[in-house]
Amino acid sequence: MNSKPVSTESYTPPRVLEGSHSYKTITEKISSIVLTKHQPVAWIVTTAIGFVFVNILGVSVSYLLLKGIGIWGNNIPVGWAFDIINFVWWIGIGHAGTLISAILLLLRQDWRTSINRFAEAMTLFAVACAAMFPLIHTGRPWLAAYWLFPYPNSMSLWPQFRSPLIWDVFAVSTYGSVSLLFWYVGLVPDLATFRDRAKNRVAQYLYGALALGWRGSARHWQRYETAYLLLAGMSTPLVLSVHTIVSFDFSVGILPGWHATIFPPYFVAGAIYAGFAMVLTLAIPLRRLYGLQDFITMRHLENMAKVTLVTGLMVVYGYAMEAFFAWYSANAFETFMIVNRTTGPYAWAYWMLIVCNGLVPQVLWKKSIRTNTIWLFFVALIVSVGMWLERFVIIVTSLHRDFVPSSWGMYYPTIWDFSTFFGTIGLFVTLMFLFIRVLPMISIFEMRTLVPEAKVKGAEGH
Amino acid sequence: MDGQKPIYGLMAEFDDATALVEATKRTYDAGYRKVDAYSPFPIEPAWEALHADDRRVQLLVLCGGIIGALAGFGLCYWTQVIAYPLNIGGRPFNSWPSFIPVTFEVTILIASFTAVISMFALNGLPMPYHPVFNVPAFARASEDRFFLAIEATDPKFDRARTLEFMNGLGARAVNEVEP
Amino acid sequence: MDFSAVRSRLAGADGRFYWRSLGELADTNEFREYLHREFPEQASEWNDPKGRRQFLKLMSASLALAGVGACTKQPPEAIVPYVRQPEDIVPGRPLFFASAIPLAGYAQPVLVESHMGRPTKIEGNPDHPASLGATDAITQAAVLGLYDPDRAQTTTFRTEVTAWNTFLSAMQSALAAQKATQGEGIRFLTEPITSPSLAELMASVLQDFPRARWHQYDPMSRSGVAATADTEPIYQFDKADVVLGLDADFLCCGPGALRYTRDFTNRRRVTDDNKSMNRLYAVESTPTLTGAKADHRLPLKASEIEPFARALAGAAGVTASGTAEAGRAWTADEQKWIAAVAKDLGAHRGRSVVVAGEYQPPAVHALARSLNEALGNVGTTVRYVPAVYTRPTDQTASIADLARAMDAGDVQLLVIMGVNPVFTAPSNLRFAEKLAKVGLAVYHGLYTDETANLCHWNIAATHPLETWGDPRAYDGTVTIMQPLVAPLYEGRSEHELICAFTQQPGRRTGDLVKEYWTRAFSGQSGWTIRTSDGQTFPSADAFWRRAVHDGFIPGTALTDGGQATPFKPGPPPSAPAAVTPVPVADPPADVAARPPQAVPPATQPQPPSAPSISGTSSGNLEIIFRPDPTVWDGRFANNGWLQELPKPLTKLTWDTAAWISRRLAAQHGLRNGDVVELRYRGSVAAMPVMIVPGQPESSVTVFFGYGRSMAGRVGNASEVSARFNAFLLRTSDAPWFGSGLEIVKTGERYLLASTQEHHAMEGRNTVRVATLAEYSEHPDIIHGMGHTPPRTMTLYPEHEFTSHKWGMTIDLTSCMGCSACVAACTAENNIPVVGKEQVSKGREMLWLRVDSYFSTGTAEELEHLANPQMFSQPVPCMQCELAPCEVVCPVAATAHSSEGLNDMVYNRCVGTRYCSNNCPYKVRRFNFMLYADWTTQSLEALRNPDVTVRSRGVMEKCTYCVQRINQARVDAKREDRAIRDGEIVTACQAVCPADAIVFGDLNDPQSRVAKLRAQQRNYGLLEDLNTRPRTTFLAALRNPNPELEAPAQRTTTGH
Repeated sequence: MNSKPVSTESYTPPRVLEGSHSYKTITEKISSIVLTKHQPVAWIVTTAIGFVFVNILGVSVSYLLLKGIGIWGNNIPVGWAFDIINFVWWIGIGHAGTLISAILLLLRQDWRTSINRFAEAMTLFAVACAAMFPLIHTGRPWLAAYWLFPYPNSMSLWPQFRSPLIWDVFAVSTYGSVSLLFWYVGLVPDLATFRDRAKNRVAQYLYGALALGWRGSARHWQRYETAYLLLAGMSTPLVLSVHTIVSFDFSVGILPGWHATIFPPYFVAGAIYAGFAMVLTLAIPLRRLYGLQDFITMRHLENMAKVTLVTGLMVVYGYAMEAFFAWYSANAFETFMIVNRTTGPYAWAYWMLIVCNGLVPQVLWKKSIRTNTIWLFFVALIVSVGMWLERFVIIVTSLHRDFVPSSWGMYYPTIWDFSTFFGTIGLFVTLMFLFIRVLPMISIFEMRTLVPEAKVKGAEGH
Repeated sequence: MDGQKPIYGLMAEFDDATALVEATKRTYDAGYRKVDAYSPFPIEPAWEALHADDRRVQLLVLCGGIIGALAGFGLCYWTQVIAYPLNIGGRPFNSWPSFIPVTFEVTILIASFTAVISMFALNGLPMPYHPVFNVPAFARASEDRFFLAIEATDPKFDRARTLEFMNGLGARAVNEVEP
Repeated sequence: MDFSAVRSRLAGADGRFYWRSLGELADTNEFREYLHREFPEQASEWNDPKGRRQFLKLMSASLALAGVGACTKQPPEAIVPYVRQPEDIVPGRPLFFASAIPLAGYAQPVLVESHMGRPTKIEGNPDHPASLGATDAITQAAVLGLYDPDRAQTTTFRTEVTAWNTFLSAMQSALAAQKATQGEGIRFLTEPITSPSLAELMASVLQDFPRARWHQYDPMSRSGVAATADTEPIYQFDKADVVLGLDADFLCCGPGALRYTRDFTNRRRVTDDNKSMNRLYAVESTPTLTGAKADHRLPLKASEIEPFARALAGAAGVTASGTAEAGRAWTADEQKWIAAVAKDLGAHRGRSVVVAGEYQPPAVHALARSLNEALGNVGTTVRYVPAVYTRPTDQTASIADLARAMDAGDVQLLVIMGVNPVFTAPSNLRFAEKLAKVGLAVYHGLYTDETANLCHWNIAATHPLETWGDPRAYDGTVTIMQPLVAPLYEGRSEHELICAFTQQPGRRTGDLVKEYWTRAFSGQSGWTIRTSDGQTFPSADAFWRRAVHDGFIPGTALTDGGQATPFKPGPPPSAPAAVTPVPVADPPADVAARPPQAVPPATQPQPPSAPSISGTSSGNLEIIFRPDPTVWDGRFANNGWLQELPKPLTKLTWDTAAWISRRLAAQHGLRNGDVVELRYRGSVAAMPVMIVPGQPESSVTVFFGYGRSMAGRVGNASEVSARFNAFLLRTSDAPWFGSGLEIVKTGERYLLASTQEHHAMEGRNTVRVATLAEYSEHPDIIHGMGHTPPRTMTLYPEHEFTSHKWGMTIDLTSCMGCSACVAACTAENNIPVVGKEQVSKGREMLWLRVDSYFSTGTAEELEHLANPQMFSQPVPCMQCELAPCEVVCPVAATAHSSEGLNDMVYNRCVGTRYCSNNCPYKVRRFNFMLYADWTTQSLEALRNPDVTVRSRGVMEKCTYCVQRINQARVDAKREDRAIRDGEIVTACQAVCPADAIVFGDLNDPQSRVAKLRAQQRNYGLLEDLNTRPRTTFLAALRNPNPELEAPAQRTTTGH
């Protein structure tokens, strides 16, 4: 069903499957990345570096639990800083995966096929990194962990369901578990492939167990495709709802710079923006590293570049509207908020953000740049930086000068803020590379459908 | 067939999807019902040829969604209005607009789990053992080969005649599947 | 020595000994090293001498604590009502005892709250004329001073612990040696004394040793007042319509400040019915809270105050003797000012008052007096009465005389009581060097401070809460101190010390005081004892019980016929310095005017080694000395509460700063926190600068009290801040100001931890200001400054508050920003001290803050204001009815009570800080680390048992003192009645000398708060956010003189 014949009109876009591939070559190519004893040096080095940062994260969090969040730079009035910035940043990145798998699936974009698998993995790991922060940002996760979930208790106390933070708890945990389901369901047929190809007994058992005895029966495929489609259908509103709810954390507040109705769409666009940028950041080196140019073709990269460009423009529109509302509302606090953003002590962050998110991505209008992996890679990196800065501007700059001038203050991050942040990046990289090592980073069975012979002659389309 | 040890059924092996679909159609037209087609990727014509069209997953997901919605809103309403009503910022106990996000998330959560669980359950998975795996060649069912199996329990099944029939399907090979 | 050695040495020692000997041990280097090893991870905080960690950890480590367990014992003497009425003790219910906390001899009358024998909180004594229930911040912090483990703890001779009796016998032998010379070589150096019983002891000592000398020195002495003829002014602002302050900070400083503030503000309580208020003109050499309240404020150099007064006198038609030139002609504005003020004063004869600044020279006081006499104010708004001090002395001259005698080697026995001259004496006296030439030096004080360190005998003093006493208040009212606890350490009272030099040493303080007043009751020593309504007491015992119960003796006020403290040392000692004023009393104004060389050399009794005052004074700036508003002259430097209490106007904590004008800063290219070198008359000090709007352009104000080397673990200066010591610059001839200061930028930066960075209102009308004229013309002008959304603007049904509906109003016309409420809140609610480093990060924990604004406009506008208006605004939790903080809390840790309180449930809080982010008033405070000290026992004794001690990661905030509300509720229930209006008094309300804070039930239309809230100048902060605050403000009204300020000029703009 997700196998569409490549249209044969005058314009033929680059194919989503380059070279002459058969079921066998595809299967072998992708599974050989995992079912081998040898890994490229790059993999070992990157994973090692990532692991170092995982340890830094461990130290930072332990010290945090020991001393409290006083080790960070947070204060009154800036009660939230790196902790929530990182949370929103990671969650945003975590949107691309489900988006590609679900929305592009519904839109029948066959070019999603070769990137959805690791995009979903990326989603899971990004959400894992993100979910850490709401827990640790209280400095007492043992409380946050069990008081934020509703369960009967002796004090018959319950969460306060008017708080966006509780909405967050539900949204993020739902998003995490549904993404995991989605990812796993997609994996099952490929796990069966690994089960049948693995030489090593342990691997055979493990993959076999995970494959649940999948045997590719047509009757199974029928229910499988139904369920997969339903999942996609439900994940689509879910993925939109998650960042909408994250944006509620701010727009439900009364703070100038937070309290804006445009936040949900603007945040969702930002999430897609950041997500695609991160997919590009990962896809380009991996593709080179494992010689997957045939599967992740220029067309994929270019399409992703286009999505990045479009969502980037939406985000810029958001910035413009914030400024416009500030002026149009004629509300002294709102007006001051924008003036302070653009000329206040944190103006550097705002203008860097405009450069990273507003100006730089405009180079993607040029096809020669969209099709140049080096350029794409760095543009994507810059976008990730820009999106982090966006959250910095929204959170810190709005908080540090709010209503009563007497309580205005400044925020300066400490070494622990940075170590925690870079620690999560290390965690993300490590998980990502471990995933590449043990699971097919490209959906094999879906790639098979792209092979010309996969089209059943005489069968009417649907 | 006397004296021969019982078998699970017969399995034909094909090279490509089109052949499989063809064979499946003919098998079904020949009146066989306990038939199954195995392929390394989903082939819609294949299950259409088997007239396999199970709608129960959709139905269950709908029920899951409805239950989720009720559970989500019920949780908010019961805790905030009945179990422990508190004056929070002067808002009414039943601040229903604030309950919508949670309601929505719970709906999706339960519906999604229903979808996956019901799919695997109806597929009879997980199933650690299945006779088809006794055919050595079947290992490639997850790679690049296509199989059609007729079960011995099919009323129309006759070991000799069915074998003959299957040989006529243009398969690259027909194997007996041990139970 | 290593710790095991310590332990072995302590083996088998009992509690008191244990802690006593280790108390000193804690000061040895070995012990400090051991502590370092004990808390390695604290290393960083250790280096910050003011770090909270160091404060608390060292407190816990200093083994002062083991003994504290034994501290809640009641003293052996009978105090009222405990011994006679033990049934008064109800566990959980505090008792209140009337007592006093003296400062520089003057009594600050208080009621002390005692929980099961532990003094925990101080309130003002409502019956006492000097308090009327109010206290100041310093008095509030006295309880922390009581439990400070850094206090001197025992009697030592050359640092060896000895017994009190050893001291007594040693003194007797020392005295015996002096018999021959009639005590020629004996010198006493004390603070000025007001206590009649102590004065009598002193007199008897001087009787036995006629040639012994008694010197008095209070570094913060109101030299101008005290050194004039022995009369001092007692003002009655409740009768004054026009007040002129000549560099007078009468609302904040001085023994009468509390009463003066109450009387002054009572005259400006504008209601819808009474639209009249007094008018205050302030001429100031440095911004003060009094100046901030002024309707007209004129910044002048301190040396220009006297000429200004003369000019004014001239304009008012008063012939004042002598002339002094301003050194410049008055500008047109100033002349206009003088004329207008003179006219206004003249128009209010008998209803005006001219107040001379305590730190202005006698000449200004003389001028003020002649003005008052000419204006017919004497007897109505001001009275001149005999000095409250037992023996008024020119104190600067007195200590100079002592220094000379010490230098000449004439002093064999020097007894220093309650003064720390090594730190506080004028720098040109070189007191420390000369102290070495004294045969035997005895020091009596609360701490082992700089002076104690150089004295042979150290006698630990008792804390005022540990002893009896009878100091007199600003108006002379004899105030009775009674001990709330037996001395925590081996402290001895001043009575006991002086008694040691009489024929019968070793008498007990309680007996001395009671015995004196029993005699006084029988009519000796000229006292007439009457009840407050003029009746006679049946018996001395009845009188004494009454006096101790009330905390004061009625009818002893000098203003209603009380006599000056009798002092008869028999033959008057031939002490030239003590009585006759020496030339040093020359008005320093002259000193400032003419070149320093001209200062009569007689006033500088100094060895050749000392730097000549006429030394290098290239500078052309004027230096102004002031006591620090929180640590005073440094005696409170070791008090964490006072260190962390934001100083008025600047909101600076933990440090001092030299105040400079913006123009001066621009000239020298200085920013806040730049360290400058202050060169003045040959001495040098350094100080970080702070740009203070309203500071006269060519004056630099420095504050005493910092740069202490032996204050204690909290107050000790670091190597850097040791130079921030204003006493290094002070000379004996110009105690309060002088010219010739030069400032040099050093290029160093110093971190100043201030709790408020931004002092401009950005046109947000956080403080709504209007002139009386505007307000009486359009009473709705205040509402016009903001927009209140209609209550109908909601889809939701409202929650009703049927039982009570607590609310608070804060009158910004009355509030003058003294911050006593902040100190009271700290004491009442167990608010932790977090230390300079945390404050600098913006993590102070004060539930109630007092914001100060210099301008209603933007920061840029403020740049150009040389003399801006100043506003103070106390900001507690607003207890919003539609609280933004509650809605966003994910665990309902903050929710509304049925009475409308914005409750904070500490043990439900997970610490997301979302509530604080969403609080538009930013009144929530978060325990970013474990700020509360859970280990120090002495602090456990200090805590209010009715308030939870918050842990790490918990949000906290003002609760309207919910513990007091609940107490009142219990009482009302038990007596089966409704809670009366005024029955519940929040901590901040209780101390407020201006009576600016009113708390009560809004559901009761007759309650004070409801009536105030109905006033048209009532407004809610940020009301346009529709938070519906329960705490509202009464707009600040000014009453400018139309001749000086055209009504058109509006400082605030509509919203």
